[in-house]
Amino acid sequence: MADVPDRTTGPRRAPARWSWGLRRAALPWLMLLPALAVVGGVVGYPFFRTFYLGFFDAPLLGKTRTFVGLANYLHAFRTEEFRAAVVHTLHFTVGSIGLELVLGVAVALFLNRPFLGQRVLRALLILPLALPTVVNAVMWRWIYNPEYGALNALLTQLHLLPGYRTWLGTPGLAMNMIILADVWKNFTLVALLVLAALQTIPAELHDAARVDGASATQRMRFITLPGIRPALLVALVLRTVEALKVFDIIYVMTGGGPASSTKTLSFMVYQEAFSFLKLGTAAADAFLTVALIMVFVGVYLRLLQSRGVAG
Amino acid sequence: MVRIRLVLALLVAGLIGMAAAQNVTLRALFMQQAAYSDADVRSMTAAFEQQHPGVKVDIEFVSYEALHNKIITAAAAGAGGYDVVLFDVIWPAEFAKNNVLVDITDRLPQSMIDAVVPGAWTTVTYDKHYYGIPWILDTKYLFYNKDMLQKAGIMAPPTTWQELLDQAQKIKDAGIVQYPIVWSWGQAEAIICDYTTLLSAFGGSYFDMGQPMFNQGGGLQALQYMKQSLDRGLSNPASTESLEEDVRRIFSSGQAAFALNWTYMYNLANDPKESQVAGQVDVVPAPGDGTHSQVSAVNGSMGLGITTGSTHPDVAYQYIEYLTSRSVQEKYAKLSLPIWKASYDDPAVAQGQESLIAAAKLSLAAMYPRPLLIQYPQFSTWLQTDIHRALLNQASPKDALDNTAKQVTQSKLN
Repeated sequence: MADVPDRTTGPRRAPARWSWGLRRAALPWLMLLPALAVVGGVVGYPFFRTFYLGFFDAPLLGKTRTFVGLANYLHAFRTEEFRAAVVHTLHFTVGSIGLELVLGVAVALFLNRPFLGQRVLRALLILPLALPTVVNAVMWRWIYNPEYGALNALLTQLHLLPGYRTWLGTPGLAMNMIILADVWKNFTLVALLVLAALQTIPAELHDAARVDGASATQRMRFITLPGIRPALLVALVLRTVEALKVFDIIYVMTGGGPASSTKTLSFMVYQEAFSFLKLGTAAADAFLTVALIMVFVGVYLRLLQSRGVAG
Repeated sequence: MVRIRLVLALLVAGLIGMAAAQNVTLRALFMQQAAYSDADVRSMTAAFEQQHPGVKVDIEFVSYEALHNKIITAAAAGAGGYDVVLFDVIWPAEFAKNNVLVDITDRLPQSMIDAVVPGAWTTVTYDKHYYGIPWILDTKYLFYNKDMLQKAGIMAPPTTWQELLDQAQKIKDAGIVQYPIVWSWGQAEAIICDYTTLLSAFGGSYFDMGQPMFNQGGGLQALQYMKQSLDRGLSNPASTESLEEDVRRIFSSGQAAFALNWTYMYNLANDPKESQVAGQVDVVPAPGDGTHSQVSAVNGSMGLGITTGSTHPDVAYQYIEYLTSRSVQEKYAKLSLPIWKASYDDPAVAQGQESLIAAAKLSLAAMYPRPLLIQYPQFSTWLQTDIHRALLNQASPKDALDNTAKQVTQSKLN
């Protein structure tokens, strides 16, 4: 009987203690196993499968698949289409993130001041965010409609435009119009995160600074900005990853046109795979998109860490 | 005893048979605004279900832009996909090669093949095999607003493409409408349909013995014509972001005197509930250039096929046979014209749409095909982009088409 370890007081003998220790180490893994299996199944498997397919000439339909090594990757770098898609993706990302940050911070600062109706406006902030991207895209397509869209009507009635324009049918302009539509929906995420961070900055800091004679710009620079920096970086990472993957708003609003000037990486991957049935090149292009995202995320993470220590 | 057993056996067999018949559910994929309205397709299907007790058809509608990829992904996913799909004239080569559709050549009686407009069969044929039954026999017609032409002192609609520009200029100069012509020139298959119509009018061709030909002669002239009409302010600049429904709305709101569109626009543009110009709309075949052609048309037909993944190919065949039957097609002839030769001389079909039937007789005979390529979607995407580059002043028409030709040759698509 004495050999049996007492469960309530813990193991007494060395072998038993070892197995208990092992069990203690294994327990978290065991409990995480279901979640890991799910993540492995829906993220891990497709990830490695895509990586694997990138080395093959693999038609979407049909079973024959031939190994082509790095040919799909080299093809991507060689084609004008791919390079253009990278440029369009970066254009969308930089444009939309830049505007979203500026607008988000401005709105958050405004909503952080007490005024009548503040609560209502804060609640309204959720509205664009709750809208599905496709609904948002359809809505803006109507607003931009060249013949009976609200934007043309507004601008011509205010005499800002001499006549109706085609917003989504003009290369160079189309992408910027998509960016605006995207910003309208997504700046609110930045605003919400920043607003939450603003509320953690103690009012005394501002009061003390004011007593010391700090100007509004100085208070903004030395109190507000450091206070919201972590929130800004989180928003930046989230939005960048989303923006680099942009697909649905493009699909609905322009279908990649005019003259392929809004064709982004994800849209190109979609076309390669499902319109042209070239799963291999699509996989390679998709992987290059992931690589591009990793570059951005890597830079941000470094930024986050160094500022975290310094701040 | 033996008789009892036999009776029992028959009874059991009968019950199993009935159970099997009762459990057939077909899945069918259609497209929105595919000539026939969604409501029409539903009521045709309801009538079929009534005639075939035990058969149920689940129907799904997607936009044209999503149709190809939906069929492909369902086929790639394997079991549980669609039994019946609506497919476009440009896909049979790709679908036959990739074993997406069932070859139904053996099911089609010769009498049926003879009774249908010949051009319609090219819609569903690849390499002399039939992969479906044509259902929507369609091409692009030139619609015009009678009142606007009259106001500009124009007696008859244009008979050549050059005359169209001349008349449009008159209408523009008279201040009747700012941009007299509207087209579906958004970056999509729609622009290829309009381009093909013009290419055929100017006597061009896509390929000759596998060599690209569209970057010269009629093909080049077609693009130059498109660009010229935009540059002169005769075509609505909104065309470069428009699809067929946008064209219909612009034309139906009285903001265009001319439009190139499919059959379905005729009755909708003349319907006061859908249009502000109801009663002013008439239709003629798209013109020719006077030397190479008198009229021009693109084959924009669509067919119904059975997928290779279907577990009920026989019932599926009955369903498409019913939808394409003469009686059903004649009953719903207001938005889509029948595939049957005899229907065109039936006064009941022509009633109320005499000018459309008259135009159809000429246009259907002139239908020009888009190239029959296994990798058609890839070709089309390149061509769409390059046509757009020319229209939007990023390249000259010649350079733009040369670029598509170069890509085709380099990728050995031809």
